[in-house]
Amino acid sequence: MALNNASDMLTKFKDPALCRNLLDKIRAELPGPLAFMEVCGTHTVAIFQSGLRSLLPEEIRHLSGPGCPVCVTHEGEVAAFLELARKDNVIIATFGDLMRVPGPKGASLKQAQAEGCRIEIVYSAFDALALARKHPESWVVFLGVGFETTAPTVAATIKVAKEQGLENFLVFAMHKLVPPALAALLQDPEVNVDALILPGHVSTIIGVEPYRFLADQHGVPSIITGFEPLDILQALLLIIDQRKNGQPQVFNQYSRAVADNGNPKARETMTEVFTVSDALWRGLGRIPESGLALAGEYHRFDALTTLDVQVQDLPPLPGCRCGDVLKGKMQPNHCPLFSKTCTPATPVGPCMVSTEGSCAAYYKYAL
Amino acid sequence: MCLAVPMEVKHINTELNVADVEIAGVKRQVRLDIIDYPAAVGDYVIVHAGFALRRLDREDALETLKLFQEGLNLQVH
Ligand code: SF4
Repeated sequence: MALNNASDMLTKFKDPALCRNLLDKIRAELPGPLAFMEVCGTHTVAIFQSGLRSLLPEEIRHLSGPGCPVCVTHEGEVAAFLELARKDNVIIATFGDLMRVPGPKGASLKQAQAEGCRIEIVYSAFDALALARKHPESWVVFLGVGFETTAPTVAATIKVAKEQGLENFLVFAMHKLVPPALAALLQDPEVNVDALILPGHVSTIIGVEPYRFLADQHGVPSIITGFEPLDILQALLLIIDQRKNGQPQVFNQYSRAVADNGNPKARETMTEVFTVSDALWRGLGRIPESGLALAGEYHRFDALTTLDVQVQDLPPLPGCRCGDVLKGKMQPNHCPLFSKTCTPATPVGPCMVSTEGSCAAYYKYAL
Repeated sequence: MCLAVPMEVKHINTELNVADVEIAGVKRQVRLDIIDYPAAVGDYVIVHAGFALRRLDREDALETLKLFQEGLNLQVH
């Protein structure tokens, strides 16, 4: 194959001729209706943006599950970080996506910032360390959201903070774990999912093993999938294959980025700093052992304990159907508020805020 | 925010444990704390939130592409 460099190689994964042929094959092989769910914001965007969604046969239904970390940040967590932001001596360091995520009564970090709270957007948890060094008189609280992909980056940052003896750096750990959420979803009798496209970069860290139960206990074909159009089409073909031969499996399509055992070094860092705990998910509620809390000697970095703030299990925002959207029970455009009171410029719920949210993707691409 | 992208390693600073990476003219510096396989200049690494997560396996990528063509009996130019 004449590929001069790695960049050529990456372009090949978008090749239109190869895509068309895979699509033809899918059409020819499809044995009947198929509802597949992806649980990664990047997949959501990739499927819409590449135009795949409109090219797939009508019998294939694409559902976006709880794969956008910002969207699953619970109302109670938003209330808690707003409480942190309003404390005198606190600077909040956050990924930009969290700025407009609405909590109770539609309040957000953006609003808090306008009211004078000190909030800084960072690209990486690591950047928050520089902020802490620059403002030794304040607490710098990093808002730790994200799945298994992000949690090790935050864990590594906390380790460096400890090594450097940074006393004023804190983390509000809201990280969430994908496999327990999938287990909770599949146990819900109202959720109808025939197959799963598993998140490629979460899998880069956790590997194949933690997903085995999907096929073994639930009989759901589940494919760890890359993010290019060819990857997604190949995953669909693999699903069709498994449905035809009646042998659901967990398969790693994205082996160029996912080793079967994941990234043990990243996992070690994660388990050194964090311990598994229960977590509240927006729309899904409390899921046992689906979150991460600061462990042992790292507990002193915990923002909630240090600054005496609690997360409360608050009710969903009135009118917002994010919960049903995140479970694939409702298409975003069937929400009564969709594109009426709820738009990307005036989001009512988090699924309309993040560019990776299902409602935002529908608004942008499916209208 | 869960976006992770492959970027090419341009320079490595082992002392600071960072690498300079680039894709399509976008340059970043990333931490190497959690990458499990030492990356070299010229490798592609998956970058997320300021950290390199893993080296992209080039041979494996070529294998996957080859499967596409063979399975489809197509010529990749
Ligand atoms: S359209 Fe808006 S209100 Fe409706 S579910 Fe989506 S985010 Fe919530």
